[in-house]
Amino acid sequence: MSNIQGIAASSGIAIAKVYKLAVPDLSFEKKQIDNPEKEVERLNQALEISKQELEKIKENARKTLGDEHAEIFSAHLLVLSDPEMINPIQEKIKSDNINAEVALDETANMFIDMFKAMDNEYMRERAADIQDVTKRIMAHLLNVTFPNPALIDEEVIVVAEDLTPSDTAQLNKQFVKGFTTNIGGRTSHSAIMARSLEIPAVVGTKTITSDANKDDIIIVDGIDGQIIINPSEQEIATYKKKQEEFEEQKQVWAKLKDEPTISADNEHVELVANIGTPEDVTGVLNNGGEGVGLYRTEFLYMGKTELPTEEEQFEAYKSVLEQMDDNKPVVVRTLDIGGDKELSYLKLPEEMNPFLGFRAIRLCLERDDIFRVQLRALLRASIYGNLKIMFPMIATLDEFRQAKALLLEEKENLKSEGKDVSDDIEVGIMVEIPSTAVIARQFAKEVDFFSIGTNDLIQYTMAADRMNERVSYLYQPYHPAILNLVNNVIEAAHAEGKWAGMCGEMAGDSIAIPILLGLGLDEFSMSATSILPARTQIKDLSKKELASYKDQLLSMSTADEVEEFIKEKTNQ
Amino acid sequence: MAVEKTATITDETGVHARPATVLVNKAGQFTSDIKMEYNGKSVNLKSIMGVMSLGIPKDSEIKIVAEGTDEQEALDTIIDTIKKEGLGE
Repeated sequence: MSNIQGIAASSGIAIAKVYKLAVPDLSFEKKQIDNPEKEVERLNQALEISKQELEKIKENARKTLGDEHAEIFSAHLLVLSDPEMINPIQEKIKSDNINAEVALDETANMFIDMFKAMDNEYMRERAADIQDVTKRIMAHLLNVTFPNPALIDEEVIVVAEDLTPSDTAQLNKQFVKGFTTNIGGRTSHSAIMARSLEIPAVVGTKTITSDANKDDIIIVDGIDGQIIINPSEQEIATYKKKQEEFEEQKQVWAKLKDEPTISADNEHVELVANIGTPEDVTGVLNNGGEGVGLYRTEFLYMGKTELPTEEEQFEAYKSVLEQMDDNKPVVVRTLDIGGDKELSYLKLPEEMNPFLGFRAIRLCLERDDIFRVQLRALLRASIYGNLKIMFPMIATLDEFRQAKALLLEEKENLKSEGKDVSDDIEVGIMVEIPSTAVIARQFAKEVDFFSIGTNDLIQYTMAADRMNERVSYLYQPYHPAILNLVNNVIEAAHAEGKWAGMCGEMAGDSIAIPILLGLGLDEFSMSATSILPARTQIKDLSKKELASYKDQLLSMSTADEVEEFIKEKTNQ
Repeated sequence: MAVEKTATITDETGVHARPATVLVNKAGQFTSDIKMEYNGKSVNLKSIMGVMSLGIPKDSEIKIVAEGTDEQEALDTIIDTIKKEGLGE
């Protein structure tokens, strides 16, 4: 047995055997063979199994990612039966008396090189498709498993370097009891998805893919960020108990599901959820969310080969708004792409500093052909609920004015086309750039609301890339500089009679919650599973008392000082 | 005797994976030999990699040639599919 410390990404305990989502060793030797007919038969069998697997993967992708994504696997299936690919392999086996692995490798490489040499970027990328298919056939020739989330059919814990959006979308909760990865942090994509799927996860273990082997039993402790490989009977018993206690704790939280969020001194704040797809709304409602504080629309654009249509987007927005009944608010963030979130079909040039580059609203204002489609879809959906529109990465007032002008233009266009549009759409901004937080007072006169995006605000204020583990010590949510910026934004909003929310990880953090409550934050947006613990915590906090610490907190010198102070005052 | 017809590709991204997949699947339903010609090169339309390897961009002129017992039906179906998929005219 051995213990590995990682980052707790999604609460809960899971105990199951390892399923490694990694490309297996596909090395092979060149061999002379005596019976080419038999070798061709071996090849055909590998092709047949690959075909069956790809059919399964395609079917699963169609269900979880949509028809368009599944089309990629249709193309992969065609490669498996492509006469120009398969015939040469079979002929090579027969004419050279070599093993199928070598014949496959040589033939596939010829095609891969040919695609790689093309001057069209799109075609060059197709080389990766052929590589993918070849690896699967090769794995079956070598009798090793080539894993895919769609092929999991027993209870497991997925172990991987990292999980891509399409990997996580295909995870079946019935079988995948938890996952753990080498890289990532609380705010990485895989962590966010784990919380929305409500499965325990530990990320950032650095070495789990080499520490855990196929069929090992492991424990994922998503509460304390621990992984235990091949635990003893004793440890399994201890963790089963911890699992039960967690389930009991959840029962206690669940009692507050239909209650409003009220502090000990009777002050109401709103606890809302961050979502990525219309399917996430179920989790929001099950966890007692009072609305959606951040709908990340990027997922509509990712994992595809072309931009989503106005109709496609309209259906998604409408679905979220309709599911949030009783006029619960839904804050939709417009496209936040570029930087680290790439869309291959937009063919954006690579940048030295993607987080400081051409992304989000900067991209949308230049590519207003893309932006207008989203705005139209949002406006059309606005009549189905309580929609609020939020622009990301606003650095100057001028950007906000331009974005709002485009919105109003499309509103007029739709009206003249005879389409219904709500007249009560609040338009706000995400505050994640320090320049905006500093002059929030000026912004507050023009925007309807602020939502503080702490994940980026912290990395920009501290000048520390949140993906870079060597500077991760600078990612300090309780740093007094951050608290002063947050306070400035809240005060600015209130001075103009507007509301201020927060949609970063910080909003669901048990140390930050008392601070933010004291600073007067109106809306806390977090992972759905954090809502009930937060509501439980706030029930016992006095807003008035916490507000009295404000000046003291804002004048502290270090994040540690702030943390210790809050822990002491709130008995944590 | 073979039958043939030309078409112009109008799709923004040219003959990319999705329409290529549809064309190859259609071609596979016929017994005739079906070729796609572009820029002096001729490939088997029943081969996804053949079709993709042509790297056909927008505004290209392509030729479909079918030869075999069901050649006319094959040619008509392929040309029809190109139009229906919004790939060309």
